[in-house]
Amino acid sequence: MPERESMDFDVVIVGGGPSGLATAIRLRQIAIDRDVELTVCVLEKGSEVGAHILSGAVVETRALDELLPNWEGLGAPLNTPVRKDRFVFLTERRAIPFITPPQMHNQGNYIVSLGNLCRWLCEQAEALGVEVYAGFAASEVLYDDMGAVRGVATGDMGRKKDGSKGPNFEFGMELHATQTVFAEGCRGSLTKQLFERYDLRSGVDPQVYGIGIKELWEVDPAKHHPGLVTHTVGWPMDLKTYGGSFQYHFDENLVSIGFVVGLDYSNPYLSPFEELQRFKTHPAIRDTFVGGTRISYGARAISAGGFQSIPKLTFPGGLIVGDAAGFLNVPKIKGTHTGMKSGITAAEAIFGVLQGEISNPVEANEYPERLKQSWVWEELYRERNIKPSFHWGLIPAMIYSGIDKILLRGKAPWTLHHRPDHLCVRPAANCKPIEYPKPDGLVTFDKLSSVFLSNTNHEEDQPCHLTLKDEALPVALNFKKYAGLEQQYCPAGVYEYVEAEGKMGLQINAQNCVHCKTCDIKDPSQNITWVTPEGSGGPNYPNM
Amino acid sequence: MKILVAVKRAIDYNVKARPKSDGSGVELANVKMSMNPFDEIAVEEAIRIQEAGIAAEIVAVSVGPKQCQETLRTAMAMGADRGILVETDEEVQPLAVAKILKALVEKEAPGIILLGKQAIDDDSNQTGQMLAALLKWGQATFACGVEFAGEELKVNREVDGGTQSISVKLPAIITVDLRLNEPRYVKLPNIMKAKKKQLDIFSPAELEVDITPRLKLIKAEEPPVRVGGVTVADVDELVDKLRNEAKVI
Repeated sequence: MPERESMDFDVVIVGGGPSGLATAIRLRQIAIDRDVELTVCVLEKGSEVGAHILSGAVVETRALDELLPNWEGLGAPLNTPVRKDRFVFLTERRAIPFITPPQMHNQGNYIVSLGNLCRWLCEQAEALGVEVYAGFAASEVLYDDMGAVRGVATGDMGRKKDGSKGPNFEFGMELHATQTVFAEGCRGSLTKQLFERYDLRSGVDPQVYGIGIKELWEVDPAKHHPGLVTHTVGWPMDLKTYGGSFQYHFDENLVSIGFVVGLDYSNPYLSPFEELQRFKTHPAIRDTFVGGTRISYGARAISAGGFQSIPKLTFPGGLIVGDAAGFLNVPKIKGTHTGMKSGITAAEAIFGVLQGEISNPVEANEYPERLKQSWVWEELYRERNIKPSFHWGLIPAMIYSGIDKILLRGKAPWTLHHRPDHLCVRPAANCKPIEYPKPDGLVTFDKLSSVFLSNTNHEEDQPCHLTLKDEALPVALNFKKYAGLEQQYCPAGVYEYVEAEGKMGLQINAQNCVHCKTCDIKDPSQNITWVTPEGSGGPNYPNM
Repeated sequence: MKILVAVKRAIDYNVKARPKSDGSGVELANVKMSMNPFDEIAVEEAIRIQEAGIAAEIVAVSVGPKQCQETLRTAMAMGADRGILVETDEEVQPLAVAKILKALVEKEAPGIILLGKQAIDDDSNQTGQMLAALLKWGQATFACGVEFAGEELKVNREVDGGTQSISVKLPAIITVDLRLNEPRYVKLPNIMKAKKKQLDIFSPAELEVDITPRLKLIKAEEPPVRVGGVTVADVDELVDKLRNEAKVI
């Protein structure tokens, strides 16, 4: 397309999260160390780095220690070391303390806002000469004549709802690079295209996911215990549904509270949002939040497939890092350290490739090889059977996990497998509708007042970024057979079945979308494709 | 002719502002900040005047902490030629900003000063007017249309119930309203170019301006929560409730 301008870089990184920024930082560190010219550009679709970042988060510093050993001196926002771990089994009325599983011991870890950690990593990257462009969404992968990736293009700005050019229309830009790094996070929209084009998922398990819903609270100082980490399993999930909560007390009177539900749930009436609200009504939980103020709200899908779902990581012209590939350690419920380590490893491999004889197309084969030698591989291999064992239900899974972890030490001679999440949903006729309690306006809230706190906005007059392959399917299939499940699973109220003139239709309120990607994952017929909206659209999370 | 355009770094319009728990102000830690939207309109207008061949140079000015450099870079990425930051970590109130701008006007000698009519954080709507008074220049506030007619500016102003047309002699101050224009998108290569544009930094002391606040913020708090409505049975009950519960009659 001649209308589009282009720019050339050595490396373009799609996504300003922890893994993308770690890649950028490591690349520039090596370049400076060896006194080599190397241009690195990071594209971030959020209005600023950190705006779309949402995580618990308890962070293990292993990768950060390797990347920036002097992080403390550089003012990294890791202020609250974990002081106490609690693991609790909930029934409707009671809270039964359990022994904390060994993976979930958090000594030496820190409770942070991952968004703020990314803001800080961005400063470090820029100080090293990385060019970071926030507010620009990579919306298209560019290929060369030989079929290798040669960069990405940012989306057009100022297109109207019907696709025509508005008064301020600007074409997107082409960013060409010798290596393009995809660090889009879980269910990246371009990464998904690469999986297909280069057949990167053949021979591995399907990726499976969870959705995490999080709120940030400022609580009564008398109820704040800095460094306290609590995880729960059990109620309000039934024993067949994978899910649990986290509560982290950190900084000044802040508490992160969240609920994660495995997207392999089967009852279409289930609402992850309502599960979090209901969870907060538990007698052992509620009191912390009484008298407090809810500051922020958001949601994000996470990759939970672990070891057996890791795809092929490289292809001609580029590679995948972080949760876009799926390096989350599920039993440990942490992925920042593995994601960052994948970025560091990728950077070292890319540097080797760029310094060698460049014969097109370049594929950084050294990256997966190095990663297999690293602690990431060992760690993920060890934990590979825990998540799939939850298909048997909570109690058998906990017993199995204990045996796998303590007796077999992760060395079981078998590997359990995953089923794709969208195939797990059962017809509504075979399921019981769930009655959720009404919000009290003090501790529990409705969806719209929650989305309001995510500071989400999209330019109104633009093409809808939640695209349907078949416009008729939502009503014909989802509404009729699955009770309109997208109304339930979407944490932002994007999907609404509305009857107009006697005809049922699906209304898509794309402006509310918090970019969690759940619809792209869970839609039973895979009819919804999430594409990038105009740059800088989406949530503006503070301190998430 | 040179245009001076003032830009303020303010809390982003998408962000729900929240008072600090001690009521000492609005919580800004790790909150998204961006250029005051009215100032973006002012920058856009300056660029359009330049594109029409009327102005030769656009100088963007900001007053505030170091991070205001980002706001100036945005103005330069849109099209301003260079930037000036008057850097201070102290609170700067409209009068102080007006005095600083006056000092810069004496240095730069612009023909037009463009400002947003107000900033969306404190909604003061004072700086442009105070600056006009300090400089003894003509002012056209709440502009929704700007046209050049020789040495004069014809400005349409948004007023209650309609539009007012006035003319002002140059040099003049224009504060812009929402409907004046729709700011352009910043292009990626222009962000790169803006990084190389000239940005000078002064302190208020170097400009010999006293920025000591004249106003004191006593408390910032959330407005009272609206309570849900009730259905009343009849007029008597309504009157009773208005008189005894709401105490409004």
